Amino acid sequence: MSTLAVHDHDLTHHDEAHEHHHKATFLNTYVFSQDHKMIAKQFLITGITMAFIGMILSLLFRIQLAYPTQSFPLLETLLGRFAPQGRISPDFYMSLVTIHGTIMVFFVLTAGLSGTFANLLIPLQIGARDMASPFVNMLSYWFFFLASVVMVSSFLVQKGPASGGWTVYPPLSALPKAMPGSGEGMTLWLISMVLFIASSLMGGINYISTVLNMRTKGMDLWKMPLTVWALFLTAILGVLAFPVLVAGVVLLIFDRSFGTSFYLSDIVLNGQVQPYEGGSPILFQHLFWFLGHPEVYIIIMPAMGISSEVLSVNSRKPIFGYHAMVYSLIGITLLSFIVWGHHMFVTGMNPFLGGVFMITTLIIAVPSAVKTFNWLATLWRGNIRFTPAMLFAIGMVSFFISGGLTGIFLGNAALDVNLHDTYFVVAHFHLVMGSAAIFGMLAGVYHWFPKMFRRMMDERLGYLHFWLTFAGAYMVFFPMHFMGLDGVPRRYYAFTEFPSWNKWLTVNVFITWAAMLSGVAQLAFAYNFIHSIFWGKKTVQNPWNANTLEWTTPIEHLHGNWPGELPTVYRWAYDYSKPGSEEDFIQQTVPFSQTMSSNLPHDFEDNPGGLEEYNKWTATHKANEPVK
Amino acid sequence: MIMTQIQQEDRVNLGAKKFSMWIFIFTSFMLFAALTSGFIVYSGQKGHALDVKMPTAFIYSTIVIIISSLTLFLASKAAKQLQFEKQKLFLLVTFFLGIVFLVIQIYAWYILTYQMGVYFVGPNASRTFIYVFTGMHLLHILGALIVLLFAIRGAYTNIPQVKNLYRMEMTSIFWHFLDIIWIYLYVFLLLNQN
Ligand code: HEM
Ligand SMILES: [Cu+2]
Repeated sequence: MSTLAVHDHDLTHHDEAHEHHHKATFLNTYVFSQDHKMIAKQFLITGITMAFIGMILSLLFRIQLAYPTQSFPLLETLLGRFAPQGRISPDFYMSLVTIHGTIMVFFVLTAGLSGTFANLLIPLQIGARDMASPFVNMLSYWFFFLASVVMVSSFLVQKGPASGGWTVYPPLSALPKAMPGSGEGMTLWLISMVLFIASSLMGGINYISTVLNMRTKGMDLWKMPLTVWALFLTAILGVLAFPVLVAGVVLLIFDRSFGTSFYLSDIVLNGQVQPYEGGSPILFQHLFWFLGHPEVYIIIMPAMGISSEVLSVNSRKPIFGYHAMVYSLIGITLLSFIVWGHHMFVTGMNPFLGGVFMITTLIIAVPSAVKTFNWLATLWRGNIRFTPAMLFAIGMVSFFISGGLTGIFLGNAALDVNLHDTYFVVAHFHLVMGSAAIFGMLAGVYHWFPKMFRRMMDERLGYLHFWLTFAGAYMVFFPMHFMGLDGVPRRYYAFTEFPSWNKWLTVNVFITWAAMLSGVAQLAFAYNFIHSIFWGKKTVQNPWNANTLEWTTPIEHLHGNWPGELPTVYRWAYDYSKPGSEEDFIQQTVPFSQTMSSNLPHDFEDNPGGLEEYNKWTATHKANEPVK
Repeated sequence: MIMTQIQQEDRVNLGAKKFSMWIFIFTSFMLFAALTSGFIVYSGQKGHALDVKMPTAFIYSTIVIIISSLTLFLASKAAKQLQFEKQKLFLLVTFFLGIVFLVIQIYAWYILTYQMGVYFVGPNASRTFIYVFTGMHLLHILGALIVLLFAIRGAYTNIPQVKNLYRMEMTSIFWHFLDIIWIYLYVFLLLNQN
């Protein structure tokens, strides 16, 4: 039996060599690469670029919010017709908010996050040579790239980009004449999103298929690291949810361009009655949020997986409640499909239905809480190493708690009637999703940078980056809760002009400066990232003393990941500080026969032969032990 | 021995790709589930019942697509039994039936529009949904015809049998799925036609 297996692997190796026949050119190595590690880097760099663009947009509208009556000639120089007399125009303000949201939600935290880490980690951590279909994987990146270009290019059209909010509710999105951003800007938004969805689906299908079909010997599902579990379930969510958005968008395009009335009814535009009859804008909301809510978990689950891994490695402790972590991810995956109505409590929904959505929404808080407690328990009495990645992972937990708590308030229909569309919601999702996911992503970048670029990032700049961003994000988003409780609506151009909300102007100024500070902190990251790619300290093979398979690959990347045969997996990924072991980590590739002193009975749950050996070994060693 | 190894690796990889096709089927299923759910939400409003008798053309197209599933099944069977001439024949028949299905659906649109006065654009979007359902399904059929062409080309260019069977299976999964989806859509429309 075993000779056969060894035989197989030898030949696998041979086959690898066979694949090396085509020559490596610049084009197929860096541009149209089909290697998952290169595609991961492409996703990461595109994602980071989009993040900077999205951040600059937010700083622009923050200037407007803090100084609604002031003129900044520089803005006119930079933005031209979008900022006449040095003041951002109301229409452009709406565009900024919309494109900021779209870029952050979809381009940074969906494609940038999943795209990077699913590509990098799935094959490396399950022991595969590449994705199920490397070609489709490459297409997935290039569709994403095109989508990004189209989205950003919408700033070049005369009337500016889409401006109806990232949720593109009709009628603003369905009537090209409704507002300036509803015209070509909205068309480009739709084209970009179609490309984006295609990219997501191609990626997601590949990730699922790879995880289910291409795990190496010994890597059963319950030995997979939580990163892989999270990325896998994320892909499932995406594959099930995005087609629903396609349906919504198809109908929207028909309304927009072919005169149908799925979403439109009783509309008067510039004094003219429009021919649309009988449509229901609520229908769009249903279709959108059926995607939209799973989408927010598509964003957070990879961050959860990354944080679980980073927290465990740097606490030098097994993740607390591995099975509970997996089951809660599965629970979130399932539940996230039946809570979308909590975004629609104030649409005149039947109160009974609202009650149902309220209950499902509050239930989804349970698996979320399970995860939180498990992270805290993982930290508890660990030998914590405060690497930058670790700090960001802890930051992720912190933001997830502070933002998640407000979700429970919003999930109560009676409270949401008051809080809906106020800054309270903005505070909620920027903490629980925005900040938490960005921190998870950054944790991943700091942690796997050596794997991606073969060099280390600078730690001190990492600490600076962390503390400024952490403090900055809380200073920006925490005060928004109070504004929301006072009823301040979101997406208003100059709400401080209303006498009753005038008092918030000083808070707005504070928030804007805190945002500037956080923005500057990102420069430290950008510098660190780029500088370290070229001049960082060279890494060793396993810089964090971690157990997972990616650290058993050679530092130099090679197509196929492992020279020779694929590694065999014998144990789960979390044997840190195992009592009786000499070192405080045991890699997944180490068989139990080499770690007799640290084995435990439950290591052999489904391995009676192993258990027998173990009992024999303990019996003899007990006998030899001096009696105390 | 090396050849067998390469074939074995291929088989693993082809297995993963076949699996990918199944996931694609799921995404596609979600699309139609979403569209039909959209219909239910929309037509639930007052005065938005469909109120259209489905044209008889749909019966014919249903029969045609069921037969095409059958011929494709026969083609697969022939391929497995190494009867390649038969495989080619049945593949061509399937392709032809696919085209016929396409034509009948478009003819049904013609009937709907010009004889029954059920327009794509109008105040009752329940009716527009008929076009959306059939249209999205036809787009899929076009895709499936292309996949079918690959299988046909494979059969005519004598690719290795593993690959041949692989292409047949990919095509079959997709084609039978579209068959089932059409029946689902048709029954859905029949149930809601009042
Ligand atoms: C603890 C469980 C959670 C509950 C009970 C909850 C509840 C809610 C509710 C009721 C709303 C609607 C507020 C309104 O518009 O009036 C909402 C909005 C939102 N939530 Fe959560 N949430 C939870 C966790 C999360 C998580 C984990 C994320 C993301 C990772 C998230 C992201 C969002 C976003 C993006 C919005 C606003 C969307 C928009 O209108 O633009 N929430 N949440
Ligand atoms: Cu939600």
